[in-house]
Amino acid sequence: MSRGRGRNQFTFNVDALGFGRGDSLPTTTHTPSPLFPPMQFQPVPLHTGEEVEYMLALKQELRASSKNLPFHIRAARTKRDVSRYSDKYQTGEPKNNTIEWSPDWSRLPKELCIKVRKPQKTITGTKQQLKQRPKVAASKEDILQKLETLEKEEVHSEEEEDEGKKKKQNDDEEEEPEVEEDYDEEELEDETDYIASYFDNGEDFGGDSDDNMDEAVY
Amino acid sequence: MTAQEVRLCGLLLQEHFGDVVENVGTHLIRNGVLTLRALAHETKLALDLVKKSLCVLVQHGMCTFGPGRRGPAGPVEYHINCEHILHMLRYPRYIYTAKSLYGDTGELIVEEILQRGQMTMSSTVKTVADRLTHNMPEGQSMDYNEVVSAFSRLVETHFLQRCPPMASAESSGTGSAETPPAVTQPSNPESHPDCYKLPYISLSGHGKRRRSSEDGEADQRAAKKAKTDSSECGDEGIHWQVNFERFHLHFRDQAIISAVSCKLDQTSGEIVRTMLRMSEVTTSANAAFTQALSANEIFRALPSNYNIARPILDQYLTLLVDDPMEFVGKAGDSGGGMFVVNLHRALANLARATLESVVQERFGSRSARIFRLLLRKRHLEQKQVEDFAMIPAKEAKEMLYTLLSENLVQLQEIPKTPDHAPSRTFYLYTVNQLPTARLLLQHCYKTVGNLIERRLYETKENKRLLEKSQRIEAILASLQATGAEATQLTEVEEMITAPERQQLESLRHHINKLDSSENQVDETIFLLESYINSTQASR
Repeated sequence: MSRGRGRNQFTFNVDALGFGRGDSLPTTTHTPSPLFPPMQFQPVPLHTGEEVEYMLALKQELRASSKNLPFHIRAARTKRDVSRYSDKYQTGEPKNNTIEWSPDWSRLPKELCIKVRKPQKTITGTKQQLKQRPKVAASKEDILQKLETLEKEEVHSEEEEDEGKKKKQNDDEEEEPEVEEDYDEEELEDETDYIASYFDNGEDFGGDSDDNMDEAVY
Repeated sequence: MTAQEVRLCGLLLQEHFGDVVENVGTHLIRNGVLTLRALAHETKLALDLVKKSLCVLVQHGMCTFGPGRRGPAGPVEYHINCEHILHMLRYPRYIYTAKSLYGDTGELIVEEILQRGQMTMSSTVKTVADRLTHNMPEGQSMDYNEVVSAFSRLVETHFLQRCPPMASAESSGTGSAETPPAVTQPSNPESHPDCYKLPYISLSGHGKRRRSSEDGEADQRAAKKAKTDSSECGDEGIHWQVNFERFHLHFRDQAIISAVSCKLDQTSGEIVRTMLRMSEVTTSANAAFTQALSANEIFRALPSNYNIARPILDQYLTLLVDDPMEFVGKAGDSGGGMFVVNLHRALANLARATLESVVQERFGSRSARIFRLLLRKRHLEQKQVEDFAMIPAKEAKEMLYTLLSENLVQLQEIPKTPDHAPSRTFYLYTVNQLPTARLLLQHCYKTVGNLIERRLYETKENKRLLEKSQRIEAILASLQATGAEATQLTEVEEMITAPERQQLESLRHHINKLDSSENQVDETIFLLESYINSTQASR
């Protein structure tokens, strides 16, 4: 500012700075300040007392119990090298992707509801799989077709077998409208001890071993 | 949302709900409002996982949804409520308050509803009755009516409130009348007139005791039964949530009463407590001061075990009014004197005391003296600070510069001439209470984040040891249940060596200390937050 004659003079009152002309300035810092600098004053000890201890216990309990609630969501564990038999029993997540508690769906947007198809029971009793909607429609048509062909066959006198087949198909047809409903409630209602895939409804049981009574049936 | 708040929210979500929900929640906080597809794209998670996380967040009231920018026909947008997430830090305090006011029953009710977000009255009553029965001696069981009465008391005093009903959005045009609106919009809970009305439910019975041997079956049977039972109770669709605002008002009152008791004496504290209790229902949440109460009313409402004479009450009231803390103010002379409790001013004073205490503990009592001086005198020059504080010049300068570098003190320039020549400018030191309070609040959030991270680190470091001790405890428990001999028990106990035991002990001590510190820092957070909110409300 003032490059005039009094070049060596400061333009402001030097005393206000806090140090005189000849005093040494504090040393410059070369490194960033330490991560845990030594404290000049020790912190005050924590509160103690019954109230404090009770709240501490509450906090730890809440933390522990929240891990067991259905709100604690775990991502599916990545597959390890070999798929093991025990994986089926060890995994903590539900087999289908629904949430494990039932909220009031009228309070949540519809798009958050995860729908699941109930596994179908086919006539031949093959291993049950989750089928998608188009497959449901296709099998319905198949069954209708089968009914028509069977109606024709019924004219020929193979009555017993046809009746048996018809009954099974009627059962399946009755199941069809049920199958298409919302699966959330049905899935959750069937929370029995019995794993669904194990259940064998015994349709095949009587037909097989009627004749051979020599072998024991386990 | 500041960086520290986001970090703390993430840590809290992870602790309670896991990594997936933490991922989803943090992205929602950072990006503001998002739709489901956008959220799935950002977090790179499976769509089902994102749906589940959003269900969890909405269930707990931490996330709200509404029609998006494209109107009701467009995708639903979700926005997150950060304050609700930060309230998770305070859950133990809410539960303890419920216990002190309404006993064990109230405590369990509040705990259940806090953990599950929202619940219907019937399911709460059943769960709490079962839990209480479990703890009672053999043969006794908890009657549902007692739990219902505790629930009703909580609702009457507004600690619990109904969840706001979903107001359906207007359907877009008459053509789509058959499709139900995919989006429903929540409204403010208080705006619903039936907010605190108890539903009529036909619920009678006792809590069921759970035998430990039938745990699995009983759970499933109970789950099935609960489903069929709830349809009979008649309160479908009415969910209850905890009213955090009411708890906060209660904490604020507690803070004021304890401050008065500490500063003056126990009787003054009781008088202020009576005044606050009388004005609970008549004062709104954001009011600057309570309704005016006459001395006669206060005298009549004092608890009966405090028989102080009328003139002594008047003296106490005069003392309270004259106190520089200004907790109680005089609003008139009718009825023996009309008195109010100055809520906002009390909060400001409490916040100021917190700030002063922080400066004192971190920088020493002389720096605290300078800080208090600046708070009181607003603007002071360097020389004046030295004179008023009676501290030698060099040390005063050093302290001032330390406080300045920590941003607790600000420098205000007042130029004398249009060119801001340094020799002709006043440099004044000043402290602004509100920005300093905000700064300290951010420090507090950072502190709690650091405490949580340190606790997670300690747990991870000693994970192996913790798992081993858990396994040994499980073995011990099963051995004791099957009635093993003492030698077997000692043999199992010795599987943990002495140095390991010591390590475990010190680990537990550290974790307890860290948890306790979190609770304590949360008290400061509450005070500063209340103060900042009170200044915003009055604007």
